[in-house]
Order: sequence, then C-alpha cells, then structure tokens
Amino acid sequence: MRKYYLPLAVLFLFVVAIGGSWLRIFNDYWQLVLLFMGINIILTVSLNLINGYMGEFSCGHAGFMAVGAYVTSILTVWLFADDKVFGPPVLPAGWAIPLFPVALVIGAIAASLIGLLVAIPSFRTRGDYLAIITLAVNYIIKSGIENMEVIGGPRGFVGMKRVMNGMGDVFDVPWLLIWTFIGMLVTILIIRNFTSSTLGKGVEAIREDEIAAELMSVNTKRVKVTAFMLSCGLAGLAGGLFAHGPGGYINPGTFTILKSTEVMVMVYLGGMGSISGSIISAIGFTLLLELLRPLGVFKWVLIPLLLVVMMLRRPSGIMGSKELGDVFPRLRKIFGSEEESYVLASD
Amino acid sequence: MSLLQIKDLTHFFGGLRAVYDYNLNMEEGELVGLIGPNGAGKTTIFNLVTGAYKPTEGQVRLNGDNMVGLQPHQITTKGVARTFQTIRLWNELTVLDNIRIAHASRVKYNLLDSILHGQRYRKEEKEIEEQALELLAVFGLEGHAQEAAKNLPYGAQRRVEIARALATEPRVLLLDEPAAGMNPGEIGELMALIQQIRQDFGLTIWIIEHQMRVIMNICERIKVIDFGETIAEGTPVEIQNNPRVIEAYLGEEVF
Repeated sequence: MRKYYLPLAVLFLFVVAIGGSWLRIFNDYWQLVLLFMGINIILTVSLNLINGYMGEFSCGHAGFMAVGAYVTSILTVWLFADDKVFGPPVLPAGWAIPLFPVALVIGAIAASLIGLLVAIPSFRTRGDYLAIITLAVNYIIKSGIENMEVIGGPRGFVGMKRVMNGMGDVFDVPWLLIWTFIGMLVTILIIRNFTSSTLGKGVEAIREDEIAAELMSVNTKRVKVTAFMLSCGLAGLAGGLFAHGPGGYINPGTFTILKSTEVMVMVYLGGMGSISGSIISAIGFTLLLELLRPLGVFKWVLIPLLLVVMMLRRPSGIMGSKELGDVFPRLRKIFGSEEESYVLASD
Repeated sequence: MSLLQIKDLTHFFGGLRAVYDYNLNMEEGELVGLIGPNGAGKTTIFNLVTGAYKPTEGQVRLNGDNMVGLQPHQITTKGVARTFQTIRLWNELTVLDNIRIAHASRVKYNLLDSILHGQRYRKEEKEIEEQALELLAVFGLEGHAQEAAKNLPYGAQRRVEIARALATEPRVLLLDEPAAGMNPGEIGELMALIQQIRQDFGLTIWIIEHQMRVIMNICERIKVIDFGETIAEGTPVEIQNNPRVIEAYLGEEVF
C-alpha cells in the first residue's frame, strides 16, 4: 500500500491544480501563476543537472528555451491555426489535442540538438569555457531569431492563442496546465532517475574529480554531452509550454541573459544538486515575484537584497545538496520509494 | 607473451625529457616495483601507461593490444587501473557510490533505461550494488558504505581508492605510493592487503613507493629510474647492493 502514497499525492496535486482551474476556483491570474511555477520548475530542475550535479556553469538556458518555444509554436501554428505566413491550418483543430505533446517533444529535441552543437566544442576543456560559450550562444540564438523576418523577427511570433482556443473549443479543459503539469513530472522523473543511476552518477563524479572519473572508466565526454543534451532538451520543453501561455505571444526579447540569470538564481537559491531544493525555490521564487508585484520597480531592489542575505546566511542554498527525504526522514518513511538501495533495504 | 609490454617509452614536457626509453615486460601475476628519487618520472610513466598523457614515442601493449592513443577510460576498461599519489576520491559522494561509478564501463543498459528504470535496469543495478558491497567487505569497509568518502579516516580512504580501482576489474593494477602518509602499523596492514588482493583477484601489480620497507618486502623485481632513465633493475637484494642506485637515490645510510 505504501508504495502508492507518492503517486496518490501527485494525483491529488494534479486534481487540485487542474480541477481548481477548470472549475474556475483559481481565476485567470492564479492559473497564470500556476503555469509559471510549473515552467520554472522544469527550467530550474533541468539546469540543476549542469550547474548543480555536474558543477559546470551554463548561463544560456533561456537560449535553449527560445529554440523550444519557437520550434513548437511554429509547428502548432502551421498545423492548427490560420496564419498570415503559414496560411490556413493544415489539420483540423481537433488534431491539436493529440499532436500538441508531439510538437512539444519536437521542440525539446530541437533544443537538445542545439545543445549538442554547443557541447561538442565546449566540453573539450574544463572551467569557464562552457559559461562563455553558452553566454555567446544565448546571444546568437536571440539575434538569430531577431533577424528572421518570416517568424516575426524582433516583433515576435503570434498565433498560439488560436491553437489553444481551438483545443479548448473541442474539449474545454485547461490543456496548457495539464501539459505543464505532466511536463514538470516528466522532468523531475528524468533528472531524478538519471542522477541516481550508475550511468548518471558519472555526472557527479565529473564534478568531484573529472580526471579520476575518466581514469576509473567513466566515459566523461559522453556523460557530459548526454547530460547537457538532456538539460537543453528540457529547457526547450519549458519554452514550448511558455510560448502557449495566455498571451499567445513570444518575442526574442523574452529569452535574454536576464531570463537565464533568473533560472540560475533559482538553482543556487534551492541548492546545487538538490531536486527538491530546485522545486521549492522555483515555487517560492515565482510566488515572491507575484507577492512583491505591488512594490513595482522596488521589487528588483528587494529580491537581490534577499539573495544577498541568503548567500551570506546560507551559501549552499535552501537545501544544499540534500533532498527533502534526507532532511525529514519521516517523509521518506511515508513516501519511501523503491528506488533506494536494493540490497541495503532488504537486510 | 608478457601481459604488459612497454617499449622505448619516451615523453617530453616541452624541452624537458621526463621519461626516456623506458622498457618493461610484466608477466601475469608479477609484482614489480618502480622507485627513484623525487621528480624522476615515476608518476609520469603511470600517466603515460593509463593514457592521461600521450607519449612522445614508444609502445604500450596489454596482452598484445596497442594502448597508445586510447582514451584513459578505454585503457581502464581494457584492464589497467590505478590509484593516485594524492587521494582522488569523489569526496562528496558515498563510499558505495564511489565504487558503483567505477563499474561504469560494464553498464549495458542505455540512457533510456537509466531514465525509465525498467526491469533490465533494476537487475543490472542490483548486480552492481551487490558486487560493490562485496568488494567493500573485502576491504573491511562495508560499515562505511553510506558515508561520504571525505568523512573516512585517511587509511580507510586509501583502501577505498584501491577498492575503486578493483571495481573496474583490472588485470594490471598500478599503485602510486599507496603507503604515503601511513604509520608503520598501517603500512604493515597495507602490505598484507596487497598480497591478499593479488592472490584473490589474480592481479599483476606495479607499484611506486618511497617506503623501502614495502618495496623490499613485497616486490619480486624492482626497476630504478633517475631523470627519466632506467639506472638499475633486479631483485630487491640486487638493488640494495647496486652502487648506482645507492649513489643516485638510497644514499649510504639507508642500509
């Protein structure tokens, strides 16, 4: 019975978030906050794989998010919406319901392929190279999109609202929130499972001592490229979801280094190498941004100040490298997963 | 045919000749010592053999297969593992994970399995974990399995390093100053341990050590290098009486 507790808890959250939105217990504003929470969790947990678990420094997460956002949106608008550039919809609106996740996955794959292009040259050496290269790539992607007039250039890309409305006309449920919730779960599962496998533990070995990892039979180059592609792909997934938000509009200005910094802040706030830390900090940070909205521009005085205090009082972040189960052993008892040490658990 | 054949191994760091025309044939099951004064090029030879450095010239063959030009992880997978002069454990990870990760080359499941955690994954991970715990038991470390490696006492960390090297299932084990920093009692235990794992795992061992007690007691054959060149070779007794060795390294007062 106990092994169903965790899935049941997740199901409960799903019902509350989606049901509440569907029954309009949460108004449009709170639905938007929920959406941003989900997207921020995906971004933070995926970046944690590189900046936390692997100890490298990638600062172009927003760039990969942009790739996912544009690829997914272009696909959905071309297929399901009447658009000035792409003409009438290729498929009837009903098809959007099963094909929307496919478009998300294609966006994610596109982002991870760009990640591969970045990974091959930048992982030849260690140190700050990845930071510099990802920074550059973030700018390249942004200005690349700005110069593509077909997809709106600097003015941005629209039409996703019609796609979402089309899906809503067929079945009136909060589609985007549903897929964001699922995307968030998938992200957490991928990162948690990967980092707990012998294959994925190589990521942490690289952080601790890369030379020792290579000499102890870990194919470090492959592990680094794999982890980076995973991380970028999930950023692309977050981008695809973000693009279909209530505004139904994206522009290259959204995916700047500022957005990347925001994600990094959430990673370091939550704790490097802690998935629960990333989740807590993504939720907390999103809420904080909303709570401080009345302060207007002073928000950006208070939040960095909070960060400074945080870094002084607790430099390893909210959770450090621990998970919730390490801090509250009771939780592990209640939700204890079968993933823990097989042999040790049996005796 | 010798298990490990090294022929005319030469390495330059810029203009500095670190290793020059080094030759060695190790037979299966041998225990060979490598000694020399500080900076003689001993660790450089280990780095060349394990692929950390690419030799300027020369050949390294394991069981007849060329090893020069392979990536370090490929060389380790083929059967040459090493420990380090200064301990290089993955400090923040548990002792068990340190051993588990060294099984990396034998993982047969793919990326998708590692994400989905299917049946094949569970079976393999269970085997790896059992093997790792068995290995820890050999070294008397099973009680420390879940501790972070950095929290172990120095001598135990040295043993974890040897256990980790063995987890890669080597045929040749390279020990780089395993007794460094140990007290006389620990050195005695270390010598017994080396003899034991040599038997139990059918290892061929190549050891760099400054502690003459270790070298003279356990090695069957010793090679001495100075300034990158071999200056003497022979049994412990021969080495102790070799005037060039005494002059270059041991000094007159040691014996």
